Amino acid sequence: MSLTVSHQREVVVIEIEGQLIVSNRQELKQRVLDEAEAGARKILVDFGKTGYIDSSGLGVLVSLAKRLRELGGDLRLANLNDDLQTLFELTKLDTLFQIADTRERALETF
Amino acid sequence: MAAPGVLDLRIPSDVQHIEGIVAQVVRRCAEHRFAGRQLTLNVPVALTEALSNAILRGNGEGGGKEVRIRAEFVDGQVVLEVEDEGGGFDLAECTSDPTTAENLEREDGRGLYLMQALMDRVERFRGSGNVVRLTLIRR
Repeated sequence: MSLTVSHQREVVVIEIEGQLIVSNRQELKQRVLDEAEAGARKILVDFGKTGYIDSSGLGVLVSLAKRLRELGGDLRLANLNDDLQTLFELTKLDTLFQIADTRERALETF
Repeated sequence: MAAPGVLDLRIPSDVQHIEGIVAQVVRRCAEHRFAGRQLTLNVPVALTEALSNAILRGNGEGGGKEVRIRAEFVDGQVVLEVEDEGGGFDLAECTSDPTTAENLEREDGRGLYLMQALMDRVERFRGSGNVVRLTLIRR
């Protein structure tokens, strides 16, 4: 997995390439926590280049969203393919996160 | 020596090995003409969960321990067995519903649920170690 981080106005966009699973989830967690520590409050995770996500990856997203909310911020998601959309629907996490079809649409309303 | 059509592997009990093993099994499933969705969602996610459980819970990430993975293709289905050196667990007792209001924001507790949602059958039994067997019918 590799992470590409960019800043678009006040939103930190983190693009995940590859799989988000038990062996690498800490990397995403640390990166988001570092951005939050540096003052970021709006974080958008872009899954356009992501393969599959396991329960550990989903768990990290839940925990980071909770942390951001505690700080008065928000973590949102964009660009889920059909498989990832199914995964979020199966676990009902699609009701917990604000999910946009595209990065651009997410940025417009963030 | 594994029988023809059977993949039989052993890996050290370390989560860094999961992705490579999953890729090997997915390639075999592709050779056996499993559907695209089964190759990109059902097999990789369910097998990752089973391997992760075996390494982190079954073997407790124990040094020197191993996980055995067996994939057998028969009658239009794949039977995946993941065996660890732990004492086993009760599948029904350990599976909770992560979609309820009180569980939705929990960080853990989705692994067994996803395995069961993505496979046609999930079983746990004792072989020479603790075995989780996942069965998926080709569609």
